[in-house]
This record gives sequence, structure tokens and C-alpha cells, in this order.
Amino acid sequence: MNLAQALPIGLLGALLGLDVVSFPQAMISRPIVAATLAGGFIGNPQGGLLIGVVLEMIALDTLPFGASRYPEWGSAGVVGGTLYAAQSPSMPGALPATLLAALLTASISGWSMVVLRRTIAVRLESVRDRLEEGSRDALHSFHLMGMSLDLLRGALVTITAMLIFAPIVRAIVAIWGAESAASHVVVVVTAAIVAGGALWKVFHSVRHVLWFFLAGVAMWGATLVGRR
Amino acid sequence: MTSPVALTLPLRVKAAMYFRLLALQGSWNYETLLGTGIGFVMEPALRLLPGGVRGEQYRSALARESRYFNAHPYLAGVAVGALTRAELDGVDPTRIERFRTALAGPLGSVGDRLVWASWLPFCSLVAIGVFGAGGSALAVVGTFLLLYNAGHFLLRAWGLRTGLSRGLNVASALGNPVLRQGPLYIGRAAALMAGVALPLALQRIAGPGRMLVGGVITASLIGILLLARLRERAEGWRIALGVLAVFVLYSVLT
Repeated sequence: MNLAQALPIGLLGALLGLDVVSFPQAMISRPIVAATLAGGFIGNPQGGLLIGVVLEMIALDTLPFGASRYPEWGSAGVVGGTLYAAQSPSMPGALPATLLAALLTASISGWSMVVLRRTIAVRLESVRDRLEEGSRDALHSFHLMGMSLDLLRGALVTITAMLIFAPIVRAIVAIWGAESAASHVVVVVTAAIVAGGALWKVFHSVRHVLWFFLAGVAMWGATLVGRR
Repeated sequence: MTSPVALTLPLRVKAAMYFRLLALQGSWNYETLLGTGIGFVMEPALRLLPGGVRGEQYRSALARESRYFNAHPYLAGVAVGALTRAELDGVDPTRIERFRTALAGPLGSVGDRLVWASWLPFCSLVAIGVFGAGGSALAVVGTFLLLYNAGHFLLRAWGLRTGLSRGLNVASALGNPVLRQGPLYIGRAAALMAGVALPLALQRIAGPGRMLVGGVITASLIGILLLARLRERAEGWRIALGVLAVFVLYSVLT
């Protein structure tokens, strides 16, 4: 992948990265949406959706509480969706290799958000006096500067990740040794464990929650019986 | 305390405030957190203060409202509305400062519990369930975005309207049954949804083969039990990253 190919993907990553915190937080940055959009962007929305669902299960573990540091899933979803949708689904290494690339992107992008917030705080020092005077221009330019930097951050993370991971994923998929079923099972079990653990962490204090979960499992069982 | 000034805010001002509310966290930083965002959202209404944008009241109110503040972004509208009304009503600045300090904590914890720890996971699970049931990309994404944002945009609108109408008496609004009992009911619905949606999605991703699906679900349940014992001590996504790194390395080297 060259820079010209990565630029439109970078733009998508920038817009979805902006949604995580700055604007409008409508959760178009959730991996189930971001990866599907990215897959659709290169003509394979179903491919994007599949890795989006796996990433969404893992993303359940990280909730964006205030100042805590968490992975950024918008850009990661775009990178994962694009890389997986570009592979042939019959290649056994495509899902695990792409998922690893997406998780690394999420981690790096989370760190980039910390850097952005520190940068905005540094910039605050230079406009503090004008803000204390109640300057509308200073407030507007400061706020828009923060949003612009966030947009730029998302673009840079996405483009850099695409340029680094696209050739690596392609190379890994080409020499992949494990068989297809085993590759899928490792990914699926890992995602399911993280999702289940995350939900337990969030909801374990809710009264009778286990009974509701078991009722859900029973409903799933009923759908199995119904299909026969 | 209940002058009609804030209630008769022009529609374009309310619309501008609501739109800006969506960009509330644009300048989020580790020093003032949401503070400058609060000032940014309130600014269109503060222009109505005597003297307009060049007046002393406007400038001192804008400066005051742009200082440190923290809240959940979806519920910050409650604070924005209440503070706007207080400023337009000419409430004593010392009282406004005290009110800002008192309101920040509850708006943060209530919002975190209701939105991040309840509504978001629930909507994710519904979308995963639609995928597991064989839904198309459009159906999955459409379901998630429509469901989630129905709650999201309504909550923001409710917050702003409640703040504007109640002013500094807004604390009682936090006793709203949806805010108090919502996490309990949404949590139960999410647990029910998880029981159906996760196995369905695993089935679809793992592909055909009853033995394979049975093995996946058994292995997953054992793993979940182990991870649940660790609770806050383990970050699941980091474990996933480690497991995948080892697996990719193994598959490439063998």
C-alpha cells in the first residue's frame, strides 16, 4: 500500500477518530461500525463486519471513563476493517494477523490521545490570560484547535498504521502455518473470553444477573432446536 | 430564581447550544478537563447578557464558565443549562462557582453508570446478536447506530432542557427514575442479550460444525470463569493482544 492509497483510508480514520471524544460521540467509532464502514469503503462490507464484531467483543472490555487511558477503537476499526476486507477470507492467517494489527493500532492510538490531551494543556498556558479576560476569539480558536489536532491525530495514526501493517499482514498471511479452523477458533475463543469477562466485570453487581444470562443461553438453545 | 429569561431563549440559540454540546469535549485536556468546552457551549446564550459580547457581564461569565469542570459528556447538558440560566438570571458568581463544584461529581458518576457501563454494552450486544442471527452489514450497523443514538441524543436534549428550566434547582432532576434505576434494568437486559447474542455470533464466526461450536463455547466459558475471578486486576484486551501475538508468532515460525 502506498501513500496515495492510504490517504482516503486515513481520512475515514480521521473522521471516526474524531468521534471517539471530540465530535459527536455518536459511536460511529465503535469497531463494529468503523470496521464495517472501512470494509465497505474498499468494496467488502461483510469482511469488515466480521472483524468488526470480533473487535467489538474485545472493545467491551474498555469503557471510556473520563481521564483514564484506553485503546482508541475508531482508527483501529478502520485499519482492521480495511486490512481484513482486502484479504481472501479463505486464507487462514487473515483473521488473527489482522486482529493483531488492529489491537496494536488501538493501543498506539490510545497513547496518541494522551499526547494530544497534554499538547492541548500546554497550549492552554499560552491562552490562559485571554481566557481569563473572557475573550470569545481565544476560546473559539482554542476549542477548534483541539478538534483540528484530534482530526489530524486520527489521520496520522491510521495512515501510519496502514503503511506499516499492510505489508506485514500480507507477509504473515502468505507464510501462515496453522490450519484454517484452528486459526478461527483461537480468535473466536479469545474474543469470547474477553467479552464474557468484561460483561461480568461490569454487571456482576446487578441482582439476579446470572439468571438473566442463563435465560439468554436457554433462548439460544431454543433457537438451535427450532432450526432442526 | 425563575425569571423567564432563560425559558424564552430564542430557538436558534438553543439549537446552537445543542449542536455545540456535541463538540463539548473538543478541547478536553488534563488541566481544565471539560471546562473550556462548557464555556464554548454556553457562549451563544451568554451573548444575551446586558451589553452583548462587548459587555463586562459577558466577558466575566465566559471566563468563569471556561474554568475547570468535569461531568459525563452526555449529562453535561444539565450543567450547561443550569449554569446558563443562573448567568442570565444574574445569580451571584460565588454561588455559581459553588454550584459548579457540587454538580461535577454526580453528573460524572451517574452518566458513567448509565451510559458507558450500561447502555453502550447493551447496544453492542444487540448489534452482535443481529450479526449472529445472520443480519447484513447494513442491518447490524443500522441497528446499533439507531438504537444507541436514540438514547444518546434524547439524553443530551433532556439534560439541556432540564438544566434550562430548573436552573440551580436541578439537583432533584438527578433523582429521575431513568438515571437511578436505568443501569439495573439495562444491566439485566444486557445479561439476557449476552446469553443469546454471544453464542450466536461465535457460531457464525466459527462456521459450520457442531463439535467445533461446542468446543468453542466450552473453552470460552472456562476462560470467562478464569477471567471473572481476576475482575479489575486483568485487562482483557491486553490479554487478547498477548495471546494473538504468541499465536501469530507460533504460526509463522512453524
